[in-house]
Amino acid sequence: MAEQRQAVSRPLSPHLQIYRFTITMAMSIIHRATGMGLYAGTALVAWWLIALAAGPEAYATFQMVAGSWIGQLVLFGFTWALLHHLFGGLRYLLWDAIIATSPRSADIISWGATIAALVLTVAVWFAALSMRGVL
Amino acid sequence: MVQFTLPKNSKLTEGETFKAAPGTKNVKRFRIYRWSPDDTANPRIDTYEVDLDKCGPMVLDALIKIKNEIDQTLTFRRSCREGICGSCAMNIDGANTLACTKGIDECKGDVKIYPLPHMPVIKDLVPDLTNFYAQHAFVEPWLQTKSAEPEKEWRQSHEDREKLDGLYECILCACCSTSCPSYWWNGDRYLGPAALLQAYRWLIDSRDEATGERLDDLEDPFRLYRCHTIMNCAKTCPKGLNPAKAIAEIKKMMVERQA
Repeated sequence: MAEQRQAVSRPLSPHLQIYRFTITMAMSIIHRATGMGLYAGTALVAWWLIALAAGPEAYATFQMVAGSWIGQLVLFGFTWALLHHLFGGLRYLLWDAIIATSPRSADIISWGATIAALVLTVAVWFAALSMRGVL
Repeated sequence: MVQFTLPKNSKLTEGETFKAAPGTKNVKRFRIYRWSPDDTANPRIDTYEVDLDKCGPMVLDALIKIKNEIDQTLTFRRSCREGICGSCAMNIDGANTLACTKGIDECKGDVKIYPLPHMPVIKDLVPDLTNFYAQHAFVEPWLQTKSAEPEKEWRQSHEDREKLDGLYECILCACCSTSCPSYWWNGDRYLGPAALLQAYRWLIDSRDEATGERLDDLEDPFRLYRCHTIMNCAKTCPKGLNPAKAIAEIKKMMVERQA
């Protein structure tokens, strides 16, 4: 009889390192990342509401931070994260209803969601800045 | 915790290059994952230059040519060479497919060949599919009935039989499950697209009478619901099936039975 061979430590075959990226893969990751970003964004909304309730001084502090260029950048990112998560989430609604489940349709609605989120983010900011008379 | 990088013993190194004979005109380079349990070396990528003028059109033809003429130690599974046995499933040019139905001319540049992703490697392009088969067994892929046995066969209408189209063709090659990032991170608890497609194949079989029990077995945060509709399974299936859709159908059945 052959001797019992020592257990070998088998390597794990490469995965993320070698798999060709697809739009649906990217969407899944971005959906999770924007979801986590929205947690932080919700804290900012809470801060805004608390500042609003706490009086003019607290609100002035909030406005100063939110109005700074870095605050504006964060708000812009928050807007995009919200819209991207929304449109990305709508894809799941379709798929749960067994709509657009073919690989081709899945790609189309994923690109659609990506583009719609970008366009709407810019549109929201364009509208907001126009109303403030900045543009 | 999910580990995105490869463990230390799995990191890739550069291996040997087997040059084509001087004067060969139509050369294609095949970069192939190699690992042997016979020594303690890490996996490496060997490069083989193949004369396409003397090689069949499919990636499997090239692999067989390499094994026959260049390097006998190259190890891979293959059998039917016509896309029905599922043995030669591997990662070619960044996606999982069958080497026998993948044309060499479909790959731009060097042809990069790895074993099915995120699996323990037995040798070279041969992954350990023990867990994958156990998951298939878990869904009890056979007809289960409670009513009295009919005198002849269990009958099925043409319409009901048609519901199995797009499901029964699965050859269990494991391309889909090993393309799924969710399966990569949670393959011990998530059943994966292949097993779930098989589960659905029995769930909608009009003759099967264990639908409730089957759904009970799948009602679990991991077994079924780790599917995040990443869609790699449907994109990679060499038989053109859609496991993602089958999984969506199971999720729908789960909701419907609560109504």
